[in-house]
Amino acid sequence: MSKTASNAALLIQFYRDMLLIRRFEERAGQLYGMGLIGGFCHLYIGQEAVVVGMQAAIEPGDQVITAYRDHGHMLAAGMEPDGVMAELTGRSGGYSRGKGGSMHMFSREKNFYGGHGIVGAQVPLGTGLAFANRYRGNDRVCLTYFGDGAANQGQVYESFNMAAVWKLPVVYVIENNQYAMGTAIQRSTSETHLHKRGVSFNIPGEEVDGMDVEAVFAAGRKAVEHCRRGEGPYILEMKTYRYRGHSMSDPAKYRSKEEVQEMREKHDPIEGLRARMLAAGAIDEAGLKAIDKEIKDVVAQSAEFAQMSPEPDPKELWTDVYA
Amino acid sequence: MSIPILMPALSPTMEEGTLAKWLVKEGQSVKAGDVIAEIETDKATMEVEAVDEGVVARLLVAEGTEGVKVNTPIAELEGEGAAVAAPPKAGPVAAAMPAAPRAAAAPALAPQSKGDAATPSDEIPPGTAMQDQTVREALRDAMAEEMRRDNAVFLMGEEVGQYQGAYKISQGLLEEFGPKRVIDTPITEQGFAGLGVGASFAGLKPIVEFMTWNFAMQAIDQIVNSAAKTLYMAGGQMGSPIVFRGPNGAAARVAAQHSQNYAAWYAHVPGLKVVAPYFAADAKGLLKAAIRDPNPVIFLENEIVYGKTFPVPVMDDFVLPIGKARVVKPGTDITLVSFSVSMGLIIEAAAELAKDGIDAEIIDLRSLRPLDTATVIASVKKTNRLVVVEEGWPICSISSEIAAQVQGEAFDWLDAPVMRVTGKDVPMPYAANLEKLALPSLDDVMAAARAALYR
Ligand SMILES: Cc1ncc(C[n+]2csc(CCOP(=O)(O)OP(=O)(O)O)c2C)c(N)n1
Ligand SMILES: [Mg+2]
Repeated sequence: MSKTASNAALLIQFYRDMLLIRRFEERAGQLYGMGLIGGFCHLYIGQEAVVVGMQAAIEPGDQVITAYRDHGHMLAAGMEPDGVMAELTGRSGGYSRGKGGSMHMFSREKNFYGGHGIVGAQVPLGTGLAFANRYRGNDRVCLTYFGDGAANQGQVYESFNMAAVWKLPVVYVIENNQYAMGTAIQRSTSETHLHKRGVSFNIPGEEVDGMDVEAVFAAGRKAVEHCRRGEGPYILEMKTYRYRGHSMSDPAKYRSKEEVQEMREKHDPIEGLRARMLAAGAIDEAGLKAIDKEIKDVVAQSAEFAQMSPEPDPKELWTDVYA
Repeated sequence: MSIPILMPALSPTMEEGTLAKWLVKEGQSVKAGDVIAEIETDKATMEVEAVDEGVVARLLVAEGTEGVKVNTPIAELEGEGAAVAAPPKAGPVAAAMPAAPRAAAAPALAPQSKGDAATPSDEIPPGTAMQDQTVREALRDAMAEEMRRDNAVFLMGEEVGQYQGAYKISQGLLEEFGPKRVIDTPITEQGFAGLGVGASFAGLKPIVEFMTWNFAMQAIDQIVNSAAKTLYMAGGQMGSPIVFRGPNGAAARVAAQHSQNYAAWYAHVPGLKVVAPYFAADAKGLLKAAIRDPNPVIFLENEIVYGKTFPVPVMDDFVLPIGKARVVKPGTDITLVSFSVSMGLIIEAAAELAKDGIDAEIIDLRSLRPLDTATVIASVKKTNRLVVVEEGWPICSISSEIAAQVQGEAFDWLDAPVMRVTGKDVPMPYAANLEKLALPSLDDVMAAARAALYR
């Protein structure tokens, strides 16, 4: 398929993929409220354009790694909604057979390497995946996602240096949703333009409108090609926003309702694309309705599966500690 | 079709909450995303959003009602059949519902949580008034009192200021002491832990909060190599009067990377002191002692324990000695030893054993380094039987250390092998049933006690 952003089929795919994440996350939030999902559950609502645009920019065989706000990344990587939702409910049908939960899921098949709970820890790991690509001499690229808060961890800069020195094929995708838990980026960060963080390592970086899936896709392709050509790492700072609290237990008193409302109403990635598609005649209302219905069914099915799938066998407690 | 709206779970450890306020009336129509109510959990006031469209048919729980259990219907919505808010279908494991694994332990503890057992009697002057406080409040008060007393004391960590603490331990401190002394940090554990140690070299007395101890693994080099060893390396010229504190161990369903117990890790290190209280009075008295101590002190709290209420002495300056265990309840037949959250288990176990006419002595270690083995050994010489319970992993643990010391010093007094009950030797699983199996349970403690008693 020729990946031009003007391609109507591609836009429809973007729409479908973003909507799947949105509806999936809404349902996950409900299941949490019902006590079917426990522990920490970090929803991706608002940030959908980032993973959908980036995933479209890579090829099968390229790798993806991220932190704990990972449901969207997994769905975008093609992992089954049933298996993701069943992991959220801690059932045997989940991707980690119930042992990992919301923050820790993996798929060797889809080259999704997790799912990590320690802020910043995935950054050297993603750099290591890129190192393996280089070592093997293939042309695979690793997308390494992290947040604006994570961008202050020291291991991020240790990684940048190694990636630049060894010209590793890694795109650092900084999801700048402007808050790390309750801390607005200005309160914790001396240089808030995070794409400049690579300057002293000679890593090129750019700022991208992370609420616009087409802009993400375009920037993603450029960055991925840079890596594939063997020119080393690349930084993309995605300006984005999370609508919900940090996790399910965050009352989010650190920002105004108006701020959230403004983002939802004026910058929503799904509504934005929807309007553009209609205006361009890429799809009509009936076509959009059909997609909405299709997604609704997929998500309802995943919730059903996640509740019906049995709990893991007690013996599983002792498996997978060692290979 | 009428759809029940259920009391939502709003945090990993929430079992019940207060329905603070209704923002809708009966007869009002709502759409998905509308805020319909405010609910207070032990940590925060949260807004509840409608998940379906419809008309609010009935409000089932009045405003201001406390102790509303998760999943109780709180309202009814008339709407067209959105399946979403319907009660979950009874699958094979419908019983997994508000799955908090320790939930069972909590009610059984309540009677114990007040009154004599919880009162550190010999450490409090007779006639002192007692006041019920949560462990959370006791910790906050300890910090506030020490900050009032000594300008060199300051608090630093992620979300300790404006957010009032991720677990609300530092509530109100920013307002009282200002941003110079209550400092929100970036997420850079190694950086701010090391910065704290440096500041302590210069004579300040930092309290460094880790949002949880899991994240202190980023900083453990500064804790061990810089804080613990400097006094020795400097031939006594300078050391590190610093407190590192935060919640340790498993909470509820937060899985392998967020559930680790570090008691044995830090207790291993010469130069550190390690404290892990359970009762609120101990939390207060020991945190004050830790802040005054000229050495680096690791202060291990517990998220499940934060919300428990115990009596605390009303005193201007209640400070306890670090390194002393406490006999919570004397007994003659068997000694049960634990610390932190697992104290709940041995208190329950002692009550169970009492039903069989067995009189257990309960010891709360409170400090793990120095470890008060003298108190444990004196008890074993009396009861001749010992069970040690801890949440952490078994290999090279607090309980293995106690077993080694007791066999060395009280071998001839033992009538049975020292029994250990620990967390299972696996990373913490997420699934509700597996997590329960991974943690020490009342059954495990009872089995160990019976084995030690040959009954
Ligand atoms: C090393 C470490 N420190 C602290 C935490 C607790 N924590 C979890 S997420 C988070 C905020 C991270 O913010 P950001 O990187 O911006 O990602 P976002 O949540 O916005 O996606 C914090 C402090 C953690 N998990 N790991
Ligand atoms: Mg962020």
